[in-house]
Amino acid sequence: MSDSTAQRDLPTHTRRNILDTMEVDTRLLGMIGAFVIICIVFDVWTGGRFLTPRNIFNLTIQTVSVAIMATGMVFVIVTRHIDLSVGAVLATCSAIMAMMQTLVLPQWFGLELGSSVIAPVTIIVGLIVGVAIGCFHGWLIGYLTIPAFIVTLGGLFVWRNVAWHLSRGQTVGPLDANFVTLGGIEGTMGATGSWILGLLASAVTLFLFFKARSNKKAHGFPLKPIWAETVIVAIAVGAILGFVWILNSYEIPIGRLRRVFEERGEAMPEGYSAVYGVPYSVLLLILVAVVMTVVAQRTRLGRYIFATGGNPEATELAGINTRLLTVKVFAIVGFLCGLSAVVASARLNFHSNDIGTLDELRVIAAAVIGGTALSGGIGTIYGAILGALIMQSLQSGMAMVGVEAPYQNIVVGIVLVFAVYVDILYRKRTGD
Amino acid sequence: MPLDTANNGTPLVEMRNMRKSFGGIHAVDDVTLDLYPGEVVGVLGHNGAGKSVLMKMLSGAYKRDGGQIFVNGQEAHINSPRDARNYNIETIYQTLALADNLDAASNLFLGREIVTSTGLVNDAMMEAETRKIMGRLNPNFQRFHTPVAGLSGGQRQSVAISRAVYFNAKILIMDEPTAALGVEETAMVSKLIEELKDQGLGIFLIDHDIHAVKQLCDRASVMKNGKLVGTVRVNEVSEDDILGMIILGKNPESGVE
Repeated sequence: MSDSTAQRDLPTHTRRNILDTMEVDTRLLGMIGAFVIICIVFDVWTGGRFLTPRNIFNLTIQTVSVAIMATGMVFVIVTRHIDLSVGAVLATCSAIMAMMQTLVLPQWFGLELGSSVIAPVTIIVGLIVGVAIGCFHGWLIGYLTIPAFIVTLGGLFVWRNVAWHLSRGQTVGPLDANFVTLGGIEGTMGATGSWILGLLASAVTLFLFFKARSNKKAHGFPLKPIWAETVIVAIAVGAILGFVWILNSYEIPIGRLRRVFEERGEAMPEGYSAVYGVPYSVLLLILVAVVMTVVAQRTRLGRYIFATGGNPEATELAGINTRLLTVKVFAIVGFLCGLSAVVASARLNFHSNDIGTLDELRVIAAAVIGGTALSGGIGTIYGAILGALIMQSLQSGMAMVGVEAPYQNIVVGIVLVFAVYVDILYRKRTGD
Repeated sequence: MPLDTANNGTPLVEMRNMRKSFGGIHAVDDVTLDLYPGEVVGVLGHNGAGKSVLMKMLSGAYKRDGGQIFVNGQEAHINSPRDARNYNIETIYQTLALADNLDAASNLFLGREIVTSTGLVNDAMMEAETRKIMGRLNPNFQRFHTPVAGLSGGQRQSVAISRAVYFNAKILIMDEPTAALGVEETAMVSKLIEELKDQGLGIFLIDHDIHAVKQLCDRASVMKNGKLVGTVRVNEVSEDDILGMIILGKNPESGVE
């Protein structure tokens, strides 16, 4: 904490080391490091079965549902609240959507099964239900000032059992064929589509870096050296294209391809092969991540969310309606629960009574492992997604090496506590 | 400087018969106060005398139970901090009211962000503006990218002050602006108050330091137990007179309005 007199002798900014010059987020680096170590350890342990295109593909589609909700949980925790009901809200949305596409639309409205209208209408209804539940929670918390812990604990009981009541505890399915494409393996972009996506994403990344740099230049702010900028852009683009390349290396099994051709009444050409590429559900997660990051960093809403976490009174004194802000935050979470419900039920191809059970804890853990501070004001969207990915890799890695279920959960629990401890140490050292 | 603005022209702010109670306790009871352009009015009293509550009604942080506020002779409807800001009333709170996890620019513009044509916040522009105003107020300030939690007391104070100054306050409320500051920084705040006064701002200054009040204020209003003891012209009374008002609630023989 330098005072104003000490400050005078200092030049504007001294570059201490390479990382400082490149202005990379060391916390992000740490998390990526942890993730890489986990991957390598499991890969060695499983004799190279962990880092195969197939397993990476599975890992990503298993992560999507929790990761989508975790991005919303970041906002909730940043504003010093908590949401214990996300898994239960997911179940209610999932139950309603399952009923919509198997009962309401085909039977009450007489739509033909397989009609292309069913999936979009169902999804819209599911999202509306999620937003409505979220708004209601937000209203109870913001306006009636009931603690979020209590409201969402109550919500956990209520919505879990509303789902049960709606579906009468039964498994509802099979779901609409178009709807199921959002679940993962049933809907992928194929090789060409994935490459186009990868190139587009790379182009956008390049554009954003150029824009940020020219913006800084226009205002005369200190710039980082060109080489540092180039290295970071190269890593980002490399990661994007590498990810696409891995998913594009996972070939669709020959038997499955043959079945697809048979359904169409054609014969499969000799030597034909196709790959999965990027699943639509992962594309959905990427979109959610981008939108949520923009909201967090570049909108007034996001600014107010973080300001409220840092100092609720100050935010109110700045003329911001923090009650309405609470409603908005929980509405966002509700929306994301609806979206996760689409992905989770589509992946299973049915709604089951236990869908999303304990997801609230996974989601909170993902956000917290990703560096979101429960004391509020601090958290990142990419951190939460990485947190979800780390948890999922641990769990599926342990399953692959044959660790039994109870031990898996014990390890995940220990990792959660340890990750937060490391984060505390990190914050103490860096002073922010 | 024998300022005799008290009796000519329209007051910048007039608060008439202001009332506020918290569960049966009259925090502010029928207090009337005014402020003229280019004037500093000290608001004095013990802890719990009702000074801060009175000022918070003006800044919109508390809703008043009774009374009227006039700005430039027109009745002002102030029910929220946003309303007060629309009347160019800015407040520097004792707690500084900073979001510790955000940087200086985000705090300065909190609630009034500069946005781009697409509606996204324009951080670069806000940082540039913050650098400009800081260059004026506290040229030593360099840490534009750290959360304000990492700043020294004086630096935090300059962020809070720059927020009030940047948005062209006409009426400034300062709640113990020097309570947490060192000698050098206190001098900086005093200099700033003089400067703003010359620009024609009206300033309410809540302070416990009688010496500072004597030095900076034109008039002083003293409160005790929620009621106004009286308002005096500072250069016509002694420090002991003011102390008597604060402690005993007794007005001096002369200098009272």
